[in-house]
Amino acid sequence: MKSPNVYDVYDINSMLSDEEKQVRDSIREFVRNEAVPIFRDYFREGKFPEQLIKPLGELGVLGANLDGYGCPGLNNVAYGLIMQELEYCDSGLRSFASVQGALVMYPIYAFGSEEQKQKYLPKLATGEYIGCFGLTEPDYGSNPGGMITRAEKVAGGYKLNGRKMWITNASLADVAVVWAKLDGVVRGFLVEKGTPGFQPRPMHGKLSLRASDTSEILLDDCIVPEDAILPGSDGLKSPLSCLTQARYGIAWGVIGAAIASFEESLEYAKGRVMFDRPIAGYQLTQNKFAYMMTEITKMQLLVLQLGRLKDAGTMHHAQVSLAKRNNCEHALNIARMSREILGANGIMDDYVSMRHANNLETVKTYEGTHEIHTLVLGQLATGIAAFS
Amino acid sequence: MKIAILLKQVPVKDATLKIDGNGTWIDESDLQFEINESDHFGLEEALRLKEKHGGEVVVVTMGPERVREAIKQALAKGADRAIYINDSEVSTPDPQVHARILAAALKDEGFDLILSGLQSDDYGYGQTGVLVAAELGMAHATLVMETDVQDGKIKVKRELESGWFQYVELPLPAVLTIQSGLNQIRYATIKGIMAAKRKEIREVSPTELGIDAAELQGGAFALEKVYVPQKTKETAVLEGDAKEIVSALVDKLKNEAKVL
Ligand SMILES: Cc1cc2nc3c(=O)[nH]c(=O)nc-3n(C[C@H](O)[C@H](O)[C@H](O)COP(=O)(O)OP(=O)(O)OC[C@H]3O[C@@H](n4cnc5c(N)ncnc54)[C@H](O)[C@@H]3O)c2cc1C
Ligand SMILES: Cc1cc2nc3c(=O)[nH]c(=O)nc-3n(C[C@H](O)[C@H](O)[C@H](O)COP(=O)(O)OP(=O)(O)OC[C@H]3O[C@@H](n4cnc5c(N)ncnc54)[C@H](O)[C@@H]3O)c2cc1C
Repeated sequence: MKSPNVYDVYDINSMLSDEEKQVRDSIREFVRNEAVPIFRDYFREGKFPEQLIKPLGELGVLGANLDGYGCPGLNNVAYGLIMQELEYCDSGLRSFASVQGALVMYPIYAFGSEEQKQKYLPKLATGEYIGCFGLTEPDYGSNPGGMITRAEKVAGGYKLNGRKMWITNASLADVAVVWAKLDGVVRGFLVEKGTPGFQPRPMHGKLSLRASDTSEILLDDCIVPEDAILPGSDGLKSPLSCLTQARYGIAWGVIGAAIASFEESLEYAKGRVMFDRPIAGYQLTQNKFAYMMTEITKMQLLVLQLGRLKDAGTMHHAQVSLAKRNNCEHALNIARMSREILGANGIMDDYVSMRHANNLETVKTYEGTHEIHTLVLGQLATGIAAFS
Repeated sequence: MKIAILLKQVPVKDATLKIDGNGTWIDESDLQFEINESDHFGLEEALRLKEKHGGEVVVVTMGPERVREAIKQALAKGADRAIYINDSEVSTPDPQVHARILAAALKDEGFDLILSGLQSDDYGYGQTGVLVAAELGMAHATLVMETDVQDGKIKVKRELESGWFQYVELPLPAVLTIQSGLNQIRYATIKGIMAAKRKEIREVSPTELGIDAAELQGGAFALEKVYVPQKTKETAVLEGDAKEIVSALVDKLKNEAKVL
């Protein structure tokens, strides 16, 4: 019997359609040629490489699983594979695509008026427009339902007041999806760059997801027109449904970070001789690789079935919580173990494992922390909500 | 413009090759394949010419079933349709026979331009494109680095030795063999990949194209033996005083190693 591929031990490749494989391979080629060589420097500088946005749009990556309005209508497994290939490079690259597709285009697609869809979706799909999603606030992270940001009906539109924090792409954005309470009900508003009273401010000093813009947004008597409200948005379940989309992509994406780390440490361990033997030959190191192969295989099987459920239209948000929680945790463990195997070299940014590990701290936290997804699963098991 | 691109699938560049049981070719069972490099540049050039002048790009590929993967990739990048020649009847490696089969598939289509790669990364004959031109009685140019189509004619830049180039004008229809690196190859877009499913791949066999079955087995030559070159290492110890050793070393670097 042929010995299995260590990066795909269960030959999950054979469970993919030709089209899914082709999409994965094309994005892989793009990411490895155009993005991987430059990300170390952008991470160092704390900047997102904006020159990649238009090419990502041309490839069809932005909003790839939406149909119409310039979007290709790809199935969710192929979409997941794209996320995996992007995050193989850096979680910041995948975050860009997640925010644009799942947190900006999706709510416009799901809750927007026909005019809003026509106006924004084609431009967001090509990358001509950049979007951001403002839900989290300084005092309301895991509990966004308590948000302070308010919308008030005024003549000709709405007045927004409040403060959003940790908002990916806010300083780059042409349009922000801002969630605010109107008469006590959470609603979505499309706020365009340059609207008076809308002030994004980059946040500095991050040790994680450095190659990504993270900003605060101040909303100070920010008046938006009548047609800026997402007419279909209705309560907290609206932003939460966007998060389900984005978490789905994260569950796939982190496999890319895990594979990149595993690849790096495996190659290193084969070549690094200590005590007259490659460190790959020591049981303690092999134990790490056994863990990595096992967990990567489980992660891959989890998301593949999750994707098939999503394509069938039967996916439940708790199933996404399970995959997001599991995959982020193990991807982070794998990146940390890989860093260990690299010894002192592993703390240098010439190697990717520690950058992935640092990024995965964010990925484990955003879109619902590990603990919050634990509570979602706890509620599923027991029927008792333990959130408060 | 109606453009054909002759596109072949070859083992990936960094593949570990094993000789097959007969010792006449490589064992293909565990190999991965890709589009031949210079053919890939040829495809890109065809797509660019179509974008500039309009028309159609047709992929023409001969090989076993696995080459459909290369065809689909080319269709995903923007080729309009494909002709797939199943080579299960062909056992000769003779490029003359291959060219005759390809020419038979091409001749009734009325192409303005037929592109191929300069050479394939497996057999490496570098003859297929030129022989197709001979079979079809068309003008041809090899080692093409640049194309410029003007009404009824094409001007091409050819790469010569030592950094020299040559500009040649040919009447259309013409056959060009393309040198790697003349353009920048695009990535297949998601829409392109999805659209490729609906594009036509017409399968034909050499005998359906009217090629004599005997010819497919025969050809002017046969592959006798494929083998891995024996690595030999010779160590020469240079003797004498420093001056003699240096001049002997420089002589060897210049004339044997040819690195100076
Ligand atoms: C780089 C980055 C980018 C981000 N991008 C965006 C974005 O684009 N848009 C956006 O809206 N938000 C974004 N976020 C915010 C992110 O979603 C929040 O950080 C996340 O929801 C957690 O909220 P918090 O940081 O306020 O933590 P808190 O909610 O204060 O949680 C702190 C800790 O307490 C735990 N905890 C909280 N409640 C409970 C409980 N009931 N039981 C047990 N433990 C609990 C948490 O698990 C966590 O460990 C981003 C964050 C980061 C770091
Ligand atoms: C910021 C920094 C400051 C430092 N400062 C100093 C300093 O001031 N002075 C100084 O002398 N050194 C210093 N060091 C070096 C440090 O002590 C070494 O990095 C450390 O001893 C590990 O060696 P290595 O990096 O070569 O890793 P390796 O020895 O190559 O180890 C690589 C991996 O293999 C594992 N491994 C090795 N052998 C075995 C085995 N037999 N069985 C199982 N696993 C094994 C290791 O645990 C590790 O996970 C510094 C390092 C750093 C990162």
